[in-house]
Amino acid sequence: MSQGNHHHHHIIPFAVLTKVFVALVILTVLTVICGRIHLGALEAPVAIIIAIAKAMLVICYFMGMKYESNSNRIILGSAYLFIGIFAFFTILDIWTRIAEFSTL
Amino acid sequence: MSTDNTATTEHEHHYAHHFKDAFHEFLSTKEGIWLFMVSEIMMFGGLFLGYFIMHAQYPAMFAEGASHLDWRAGSINTLVLIFSSWTMALSIHFIQKGLRNKATMCLITTIICGGIFMYIKYTEYMHKFHEGLFPGHHFSNTEAVAHNIGMYFGFYFGMTGLHGIHVLVGMCLITWILIRHLRGDFNADYFTPVEGVGIFWHIVDLVWIFLFPVLYLIG
Repeated sequence: MSQGNHHHHHIIPFAVLTKVFVALVILTVLTVICGRIHLGALEAPVAIIIAIAKAMLVICYFMGMKYESNSNRIILGSAYLFIGIFAFFTILDIWTRIAEFSTL
Repeated sequence: MSTDNTATTEHEHHYAHHFKDAFHEFLSTKEGIWLFMVSEIMMFGGLFLGYFIMHAQYPAMFAEGASHLDWRAGSINTLVLIFSSWTMALSIHFIQKGLRNKATMCLITTIICGGIFMYIKYTEYMHKFHEGLFPGHHFSNTEAVAHNIGMYFGFYFGMTGLHGIHVLVGMCLITWILIRHLRGDFNADYFTPVEGVGIFWHIVDLVWIFLFPVLYLIG
């Protein structure tokens, strides 16, 4: 019997999951509206900011990162850190070398 | 093999001997899943970086490419995937609460949503093929203005194709979870595979949350 084990499984409440789902639907409608009315220079930043907000909701609640240990947060954070390093050096290379001396 | 009594109808999970207890096994497995998620984010991150760099080089060509996409199909697919992520999260919630039938319904709904997503994607692909919108030098649409527009469709088919493969793999994994669930493998104390597959399914949703505005809306 497993009754003797002290488990700490966190149950994410139904209401929380449903509110997150509704929020994601609202943000999707918002991003489509913003995409259709053509905001010009603001279009890309607005779309990316809405996508990041949606991603945060999915990561924190659906994937349960809000209730995770710090070690798992560091693991996930490392993905963004390494993408940042990757992006930094790639863009630096394009700007300072390829854009100067070559074509893509 | 255990020699326990088999009076219970549910299969009792026995954790591997190198773990302190079942919860320790659960946490270790989940840490492995998160490491796998890092590799997924890195893989798609590389593709997104390539997309943004080329977009910065050829904004007009990318805008022309995006004008060939159907934002309505993309929007519906976004809502379908968000709904499926909700039902996936709910299936874990119901398993934890011992509501097995509701969990079954949620898992089946999630698989159906994956199918709907793939069907819409299939019709979009077929539409592109009919118009000669192929990747790279296979591009054969004669009305295109930009000479290198094949690059846009290289990114489009590469990124959505890789994402589509993830949806198919996710559907297979959820079917496996559903079979094990119907067999009675999972309960409030043991649902590690459901949690792991759930996290994978949410990352598939997460990638689409970025793919949709980047490919269909910004262009």
